[in-house]
Amino acid sequence: MADPLLSFTDRGIYCAEGGFYIDPWRPVDRALITHGHSDHARWGHGSYLCTDRALPVIRHRLGDISASGIAYGERRRIGGVTVSFHPAGHVPGSAQIRVERGGEVWVASGDYKIEADGLSEPFEPVRCHTFITESTFGLPLFRWQAQAVVAAQIASWWHTNAAEGRVSILAAYGLGKAQRLMSMLPDGAGPILTHGAVEQTTQILRDQGYALPETLRVTADISAKSHPGALVIAPPSALGTAWARRFGPVSEAFASGWMALRGIRRRRGLGTGFVISDHADWPGLNAAIRETGASRVFVTHGYTGPFRRWLEEQGYDAGIVETEFGGEEADSTPEGDAA
Amino acid sequence: MKRFVHLFNALDSTTKTGAKTAALVDYFRTAPEPDRVWTIALLSGRRPKRVINASELRLWAAEVAGIPLWLFEESYAIAGDLAETIARLLPPPEAEQDPTLDTIIRSLIALAGRAQAERRAFVTASWASLGTDERFLFNKLLTGGFRMGVSQGLMTRALAQVTGVDEAVMAHRLMGNWDPARTGFAALTQEGGAGDGAQPYPFALASPLEDLPENLGPPDDWLAEWKWDGIRGQIIARPSTFAIWSRGEELITDRFPEFAPLQDHLPPGTVLDGEIVAWAGALPLPFAELQKRIGRKSVPKKLLAEAPAHFLAYDLLELEGADMRSAPLSTRRARLEAVLATLPPGLPISASPVARGDWAALTAQRAGAREKMAEGLMLKRLSSPYHTGRKRGDWWKWKLDPFSVDAVMIYAQSGHGRRANLFTDFTFALRDGNDLVPFAKAYSGLTDAEFAEITRWVGKHTQERFGPVRRVTPELVFEIGFEGIQASSRHKSGIALRFPRMLRWRRDKAVADIDTMDALRALLRQETGQPPAAGPPRPPKDN
Repeated sequence: MADPLLSFTDRGIYCAEGGFYIDPWRPVDRALITHGHSDHARWGHGSYLCTDRALPVIRHRLGDISASGIAYGERRRIGGVTVSFHPAGHVPGSAQIRVERGGEVWVASGDYKIEADGLSEPFEPVRCHTFITESTFGLPLFRWQAQAVVAAQIASWWHTNAAEGRVSILAAYGLGKAQRLMSMLPDGAGPILTHGAVEQTTQILRDQGYALPETLRVTADISAKSHPGALVIAPPSALGTAWARRFGPVSEAFASGWMALRGIRRRRGLGTGFVISDHADWPGLNAAIRETGASRVFVTHGYTGPFRRWLEEQGYDAGIVETEFGGEEADSTPEGDAA
Repeated sequence: MKRFVHLFNALDSTTKTGAKTAALVDYFRTAPEPDRVWTIALLSGRRPKRVINASELRLWAAEVAGIPLWLFEESYAIAGDLAETIARLLPPPEAEQDPTLDTIIRSLIALAGRAQAERRAFVTASWASLGTDERFLFNKLLTGGFRMGVSQGLMTRALAQVTGVDEAVMAHRLMGNWDPARTGFAALTQEGGAGDGAQPYPFALASPLEDLPENLGPPDDWLAEWKWDGIRGQIIARPSTFAIWSRGEELITDRFPEFAPLQDHLPPGTVLDGEIVAWAGALPLPFAELQKRIGRKSVPKKLLAEAPAHFLAYDLLELEGADMRSAPLSTRRARLEAVLATLPPGLPISASPVARGDWAALTAQRAGAREKMAEGLMLKRLSSPYHTGRKRGDWWKWKLDPFSVDAVMIYAQSGHGRRANLFTDFTFALRDGNDLVPFAKAYSGLTDAEFAEITRWVGKHTQERFGPVRRVTPELVFEIGFEGIQASSRHKSGIALRFPRMLRWRRDKAVADIDTMDALRALLRQETGQPPAAGPPRPPKDN
């Protein structure tokens, strides 16, 4: 039997015949990158290949790198294999990576979600024999409501805050979630302001042609007085800081799939949490795996142990890909996670 | 139910006292009256009896959710809350309904003693008709542990605002053994719920003394008593009523039959505050002896002889039917001693002894508290009234520093509720020759930031998993404090500790620096004169 098309090494997912790694976490010569989040696009590789939609943000984040872009669906020969990138629906520009050799197909999902968010290129099921799936929310506890329902909840919170004279500060991951929120919200009670870290990424995406509403970067002269009823989108690290206090009376909330769990919400001292994720929920993961038609599934990033066992009981040949940060729950806690 | 969910969410989404009070006031003004009474009952620990046990609930929920039981358990380990786990795992409701809290609780009460099929039918039908938030609270009613992040004091304040009744008066009205199923809102808040004359007073509570006693002013202003490690209790002797209440407002009269003769001798209309201890004639026995009697509805003769109960009285709250709480402590204590002096000898009651002297002398006596079987001293201001609840400034508990040993963490388990997904429950070991022997579990004493750091560490240092428990590399050293030590055949180490907790994380120490089991055994002999008990028989693979 030939060597497996992709293997799992201590640097990441490796394709020996193509001589490349997918989302490696230690420096390698040649890296194929699914999307720009920092746990997938790391610094220090010899060359980077990602979708042309993801490239501007990755360049912005990693600086002077040797990188090139590829269009969704374009097939490219690398060594003895053919690769192509397909929409993952996770964030703008994100991809699943398909690798083929002599009719055998593997797909590495990267991070993905099923629901079309109106901004990211919608998830595209790719038929394959072996599917490497993320499992960030791989427990039946996680079941998302439709985006429109959450948008209405956030809008109502924003309106109430504005009516009671408070600025709304909504914490969200800076690449993807922040832009998804601003594009999904109906016209609100006031202007949308952004933290500097959010605005930079937003501007890059806007320049690429993604349909994003007008936002205003918070600068020293901006306050609750100058912009009453504002909604401020900021990274989670900005909550409860001097930066947030400049707005006077505020209401803070966090938008993340982790907000589904009351314990996590309370531990973070957050009264208000909006459950909205750029990862697939339990029904989404199961549906996505079914649609690939794969008979073998490797599980990574998340509740790998229980999810693998579940898939095995559903009749799949299932295994686990250990990542550098081996533990499951400990690493999928919200701190620093793009959930 | 939606009205109640709205209240719960309002309380759950803020840490600000003002916002919580406002939410309660709004609820007590607008909710249906029977629902208000149940809410008061729930917030003051008067939860209806459990009619469904947790293993039934797990099974039914897994069946309805269409998942195997192991996956249910994995989910529970992550969510850390059974009620929440079930609420999230069930499929969306078929047709949502909004029964009142009163309707739901009365239906639950009616289920007691019914066949399993009938109870299952009710629970699953309720799940199918409730939204996720309503289900969560419905499950909370089923599983117990109903906590709403609101102290009884805050609820009392809100009720006082709504009704215009003084807060302390309201606190007293809500005490005692009233039945929410048969008490109206107006009657409860205007007259008080327990109409049987057995109503206790709200207990006065002390704060820990963190400062030097010298800063409390002249010692003559203070009464120093021993601080006992027993059960805080209130004895009510009123005409035609005799009752003993625990601090948790539990009626414990029948558990301590020794005190029954007091009703014939205490003057009618007497209420005493004090400590119930197991008695060795002149001094209390260790708390562990008293503990054997807790939780027993009736006490076998053997225990009555081995651990006879005694009441160490330290306050007089009612005399000849008159509320004495506003009188100064000096007066109450004098009257207390006068009342006790009228009792015939041989009754299981005495005035809790007083320690005397200047601060230096009291400091020295406190150091010898363990010989008196006490935890330290209580300092109470002689001019102070008997407060409702904890009011800082007049009552201080001045406890001895705990015993402590340095130990290494060997197992970690994630916590529940607010601490789900954080490793917070640890098992610690001491060195015994070449082995590490587990001797204590603890889950308190560290900051959230420390727990978060240890959680990340556990993720990278897990050696083995047993369900939710991780065996970790024995590397992290903690100073473990505890209040008492006893021989125990139920523990592998042969030793049981009272109230172990983490005093600090000793980052400066390595596993080579931890204490030994021999040191703990020596402490046990020194404190109790006992050798450690032989541990439980070990299963063959357990090493």
